[in-house]
Amino acid sequence: MDILQGWGEAIARGAAVTVAVALMALALGLVWGVLGALARLSSSRILRRLGTIYTTVIRGTPELLIILIVYFGGTVALTALARKIVPDAGYVEVPSIAAGVFALSLIFGGYAAETIRGAFQAIPRGQIEAAEAFGLTGWVGFVHIRFPLMWRYALPALGNNWISLVKDTSLISVVGLEELMRVSAMATSVTREPFIFYLVAALVYLALTFVNTTLLGWMEARSQRGERRG
Amino acid sequence: MNFTLMIDSMPALLRGTVVTIQLLAVTLTLGMALAVPLAILRVQRAPLLSWPVRAYIYFFRGTPLLVQIFLFYYGLAQFDAVRESLFWPYLRQPYVCALLTFVLHTAAYTANILRGAMEAVPAGEVEAARACGMRPAQVYRLILLPRAFRLGLPAYSNEVIGMLKGTSLASTVTVMELTGVANTIVAQSFSPYEIFVAAALIYLAITFVLTRALALVEHHWSRHMRPVDVPAAKVGQEEAHA
Repeated sequence: MDILQGWGEAIARGAAVTVAVALMALALGLVWGVLGALARLSSSRILRRLGTIYTTVIRGTPELLIILIVYFGGTVALTALARKIVPDAGYVEVPSIAAGVFALSLIFGGYAAETIRGAFQAIPRGQIEAAEAFGLTGWVGFVHIRFPLMWRYALPALGNNWISLVKDTSLISVVGLEELMRVSAMATSVTREPFIFYLVAALVYLALTFVNTTLLGWMEARSQRGERRG
Repeated sequence: MNFTLMIDSMPALLRGTVVTIQLLAVTLTLGMALAVPLAILRVQRAPLLSWPVRAYIYFFRGTPLLVQIFLFYYGLAQFDAVRESLFWPYLRQPYVCALLTFVLHTAAYTANILRGAMEAVPAGEVEAARACGMRPAQVYRLILLPRAFRLGLPAYSNEVIGMLKGTSLASTVTVMELTGVANTIVAQSFSPYEIFVAAALIYLAITFVLTRALALVEHHWSRHMRPVDVPAAKVGQEEAHA
């Protein structure tokens, strides 16, 4: 580990933060995704409109800009709120990890909503009818039949969204979160060896992508174990 | 919302927009020029030809664009050979470095799309072309590549939008494109909502125009798949004759 000049542990910690942030954004993002999909499939026109606006805006705006909006916008809002309570309060900064997780979850949710909407629509009509014939209607049918079936169709595309999400965590370094990218930048400013440290960061991201693709391949195979095969 | 500030910042934001569109146009043009030969190499059976391209695509698709930009902008300067080379006056410029990274980045994604599309071309069409006496180069030029462009267009549309958003990362190496300009104005005025929302609206407008334009191309390229508009009366007449 001579080549890392003692930065190995810091980089490993940075990578752990990257994974943790990605997982948190995934969990929250799936909530936005399901809500977005249900809004787009809803019978209410206002909800459908809102769902469409959400996915269109998220998918058409740079990820970096969304992170900046949440971070600086959140800071301004929090400061205004604090000054309402304590008139001479200073700046209240949003922690970069909170802003980052929230922004990334919104981004993931925007893409996931489209994926999940398509997956709900891909469920064969007959299966839903069969469930209804058994009396599994409404909420019960949703929880036990439609929701689990949706996963099978959504998983491949959601997997791609997840791999993008892991790479997008690097953008939070711009607002100061000490994840893999930021730690690497700190290492380069001390060691003056940017090529080595950015290459190491790149290789760690590559390893994460590799683990994720392998894991997803396994999950996809598992999600299809009930399917008929020709 | 301070609308006066929004309007006052518009000229600066639009100047940034011009840089963004410039970056995108050059990136897509050079990226495509690089992607076509890469995709052709990628589908070759000889491992010596396909594996280097495979590794190239894997690297650029598996790592964040931000790392790639930093690797080129800060990383290359670490080597004396680069600093003493002929290209240094260009490579030291953030704009050139960002552009270079974008080109390599989009070339990897585009080559991967073209690869998938070429593999999706039905084998019978290639066999037919060979049976007509086409040489390998002709098969690529006249059959495989035109078919791949059509098949890969929907995926390429996503890549174009992705790259538009990717150009915002040039701001991290001080290039004053749309996000860079917005960030600077916010740092001075500290009114993030007005400026960032204005910037987001500009991006959305560009996305809208690009999506529309690409949909038009897709429509045009699939005209052979659409049913021919034959007036119903005429069909009836022909049947009467038969």
